[in-house]
Amino acid sequence: MTQVNRLNGGQIDRTSTLNFKFDNRNFTAHPGDTLASALLANGVRLIGRSFKYHRPRGILSAGSEEPNALVELRTGNRKEPNTRATTIEMFDGLEAHSQNRWPSLRFDAMAINDRFSNFLTAGFYYKTFMWPAAFWEKLYEPVIRRAAGLGTMSMQEDPDEYDKGFRHCDLLIIGAGPAGLMAALTAGRAGSDVILADEDFVLGGRLNSETYSLNDDIAANWITQTVAELSAMPNVRLMPRTTVIGAFDHGIYGAVERKGDHLSAPSEGKPRQILWRIYSGRALLCAGATERPIAFENNDRPGIMLAGALRSYANRFAATPAQRVAIFTNNDDGHRTAADLHAKGVKIAAVVDIRPEAPLNGDYEVLRGAEVIDTKGRLGLTFAEVKLADGSNRTLDVGALGISGGWNPNVHLTCHQRGRPVWNETLSAFVPGDTLPPGLTVAGAANGIMSTHGALKSGAEAATHALDLKSDAIAIPTAEDAPVTQTPFWYVQGCSRAWLDQQNDVTVKDVKLSHQEGFQSVEHLKRYTTLGMATDQGKTSNMGGLAIMAEIAGKSIPQVGTTIYRPPYTPVPIATFAGRMRGKEFHPTRLTPSHHWAKERGAVFVEVGNWLRAQWFPLPGETHWRQSVDREVRQTRASVGVCDCTTLGKIDVQGTDAADFLNRIYCNGFAKLAVGKTRYGLMLREDGIAMDDGTAGRLAEDHFVVTTTTANAVKVYQHMEFVRQCLFPDMDVQLISTTEAWAQYAVAGPNSRKLLQKIVDPEFDISNDGFPFMACGNITVCGGLRARLFRISFSGELAFEIAVPSRYGDALMRRLMVEGEEFNVVPYGTEALGVMRIEKGHAAGNELNGTTTALNLGMGRMVSKKKDSIGSVLSEREGLNEADALNMVGVKPVNSADKITAGAHLMDASGPVDAANDQGYVTSAAFSPSLNCYIGLGFLKNGSDRHREKMRLVSPLTDLTVEVEIVSSHFVDPEGERLRA
Amino acid sequence: MIIQHPLLGPRDSSEFVYLGDASLIDRPDWQAENAAETFYDYAYLRDNPAGENRELWFHEGGDRSWLVVTRNTVTHEISKVELACDVARMRGRSK
Repeated sequence: MTQVNRLNGGQIDRTSTLNFKFDNRNFTAHPGDTLASALLANGVRLIGRSFKYHRPRGILSAGSEEPNALVELRTGNRKEPNTRATTIEMFDGLEAHSQNRWPSLRFDAMAINDRFSNFLTAGFYYKTFMWPAAFWEKLYEPVIRRAAGLGTMSMQEDPDEYDKGFRHCDLLIIGAGPAGLMAALTAGRAGSDVILADEDFVLGGRLNSETYSLNDDIAANWITQTVAELSAMPNVRLMPRTTVIGAFDHGIYGAVERKGDHLSAPSEGKPRQILWRIYSGRALLCAGATERPIAFENNDRPGIMLAGALRSYANRFAATPAQRVAIFTNNDDGHRTAADLHAKGVKIAAVVDIRPEAPLNGDYEVLRGAEVIDTKGRLGLTFAEVKLADGSNRTLDVGALGISGGWNPNVHLTCHQRGRPVWNETLSAFVPGDTLPPGLTVAGAANGIMSTHGALKSGAEAATHALDLKSDAIAIPTAEDAPVTQTPFWYVQGCSRAWLDQQNDVTVKDVKLSHQEGFQSVEHLKRYTTLGMATDQGKTSNMGGLAIMAEIAGKSIPQVGTTIYRPPYTPVPIATFAGRMRGKEFHPTRLTPSHHWAKERGAVFVEVGNWLRAQWFPLPGETHWRQSVDREVRQTRASVGVCDCTTLGKIDVQGTDAADFLNRIYCNGFAKLAVGKTRYGLMLREDGIAMDDGTAGRLAEDHFVVTTTTANAVKVYQHMEFVRQCLFPDMDVQLISTTEAWAQYAVAGPNSRKLLQKIVDPEFDISNDGFPFMACGNITVCGGLRARLFRISFSGELAFEIAVPSRYGDALMRRLMVEGEEFNVVPYGTEALGVMRIEKGHAAGNELNGTTTALNLGMGRMVSKKKDSIGSVLSEREGLNEADALNMVGVKPVNSADKITAGAHLMDASGPVDAANDQGYVTSAAFSPSLNCYIGLGFLKNGSDRHREKMRLVSPLTDLTVEVEIVSSHFVDPEGERLRA
Repeated sequence: MIIQHPLLGPRDSSEFVYLGDASLIDRPDWQAENAAETFYDYAYLRDNPAGENRELWFHEGGDRSWLVVTRNTVTHEISKVELACDVARMRGRSK
């Protein structure tokens, strides 16, 4: 197909031809085209079907405000739904499809909705699907969901990369039209660091769409010179294809740079889009203005466009939607479109101007005081019906109609911090108010300065002012400076199916209905009709909607007010916000020093926070995890096992007040702990609830090593710094996290000492006398390697924890395996660790669950009353110390084949099973290889006094009832003989 | 947001962790007769002003300082940033 509607001139490169497909038809275009301009040039006006009524729709605008021309861009895993054809930069091989139509764009079965439009008005769903209630979930919602929406997702993973970055500048200029370019020139020449960002792929903004002259030369030459000068400045960064999406606190702006969207695929190794966080000293909004339409009957047919967009297509893209065009306007700007199109050889059927005094023109007919009252053309405009000033009608035979209702300043970013725009009578438009984001100023059309000269001048002045430059003003190019006034004209009287919001299919009639049904505030109007709630945020529709509401309500527009805009300025793919944080990169993965060794052993890993920990080490022939875990437990208890516990938090506490400091953070006492000894410590929150537990070993008078649970390492460190800096600032104590500095291994089991004696250097006595239970100290291993040894036990066996500098962790683990061969040493993972601690009755995260106190945990007497510690005062509250408070207990099935399930609740042996009779719950459960049955830990009301009681363990959700016996939580070696051996 | 760290200059708020009201510095005397009530107030009761608020931020991704940041909760304007240990000392805290 040839480019039948291609005009002469324009900023397209005719020396190169690009092929593209729309709905599987082949077309050609040129570099410089957008998909929209290329389709128009090829004579295509019908682009898609509307959201609700499936009305045929075309292109309304020439920019990012486009509500209508949404397509599915690309195919396969790069398919991108709801992409605006007006912003898609043409590339060779581009493929796009129309949306929301079946079976085809020209014949759409769902267009039947349009026939039922009387029923499908605002609030239709709320009113219709109220009853019966049960039908909503099963019938109505699935049907509505299937019918709604526009494009479809590929349902495949996005193959492209997205990135994030940070930039800094003295002045961020948003928009590179005449105001933005002058501002950049002013600030750049003054030596300031400038970022000039524009969403378009060419700089110059509206100047590219106009035929104005600057300095008696064509505007394009001025743009070229200016951009060349700016490009040569090392202190100026030009960012085309970059949309500033939001104004955030303290001069920070979000911006999306499209690096690869104009290519068939991003260059190898390059991101498709980058989300920038721009830290600006000052910012200048030069975002221009958006033309607003006029509502009239059937104003949504393909071929009916904003007049300024027609002008953009003709002047910049050398394209026109049709060869015969009419203009419908209420202001002089509409006449510019007629003049420019006429100059390009497009036939102007007439300019329909509502103003009786509209300027006349020798080249084409101007219908003064006339209005377009209806249009015809099933899949595209064929006729426009005009009511003339004398009351008679006239039919214009046209393929396109340009509408101009005036221009609205693009105030969007000024609203991002609750700023409210104010009404300007001269322009009949909202302009930025006084409450701008701090550091932001507005220039050019965005500030209501509509002439080219005004924009150039205000850009230069705003930059000078923002940066407090010496007013060594640079010369402002001469340009048109026509005064602009805009008389409000929102809709043609008598129309009803006149579209305001074309993306959400909201009509003038819907606004009237909203008023009639009491939804009169702008916020209610918006939600009831969905006006302005589509992906375009109502850039072309909000004003019309609230102006009509004001008229019906008998109020002025400023009285009715406006809704405010929120970030992002234009839609941003979720992938861009995610950046590189996808899949495995969603959070960092922390590997312990012996990770690779564990991997070689075939370990199954589990995520614990950011850490990967070995969960168990399956041997050949083991088909179920229980086989591996049971073996690891049995072998450890029978001889010796080794477990990587590097992930436990380790905090070095040093200073003359170190012991005093630990006294404050732990509820139990530490002041008297001897050097070379370790003690279990329980930390409370200030409200008396247990926060974390661990051990603290005293390596010297003024040096402790504190361990925390893996999950709470970060939180506990933060808490300790809070106590140190905010509560006891004069204590001589310093903290540092050494979690990553030491690789630490638990060596547990009756042969653990024998194994360690093979590697601990002989000058260190680790016999039971020389290194008794809870001893700790600095030692050396393997002939001089510094290490720390703690005789602590989580498993209940004779056990040690040995720490070496991280880089020796892998070697130590391998050495332990070799030296341990004679003892049949077994590496064990977190599952076996968990089983053994449940068998021993040690509390862990399941028990320290943010609701339990020291009393609940059976450690009530540990809370010292003789000293000040965090949480001690509030732990004494009555409510936490009632007679039937929960106590930690052990739970065993009466029938040893029965299973104990964590989360199940304890009920009396007989009586009702309900919340009122709840006695407690099980927090941890495991199969105990040592007892050969399931066991559990849990909390039971007054549980310490209820050992041997038979109860029911119930889980109504899973229909579980098991008869259980309450026992001591110490299932294995309750006297602790093994760990002291 | 940008927090003007008293030692390190302007830092992005993403380097910090927020805790809450700076009144947490004023921990009551555990030996006072009415300690149960004063600790209850201390642990649970906070003002929730629309306007200037003094709050605690922790420079977790930085030098691990606790800071007292005076921030307007309506505008997010930060008018003052102090080291929490200095504030604590000024408010009579020591060991």
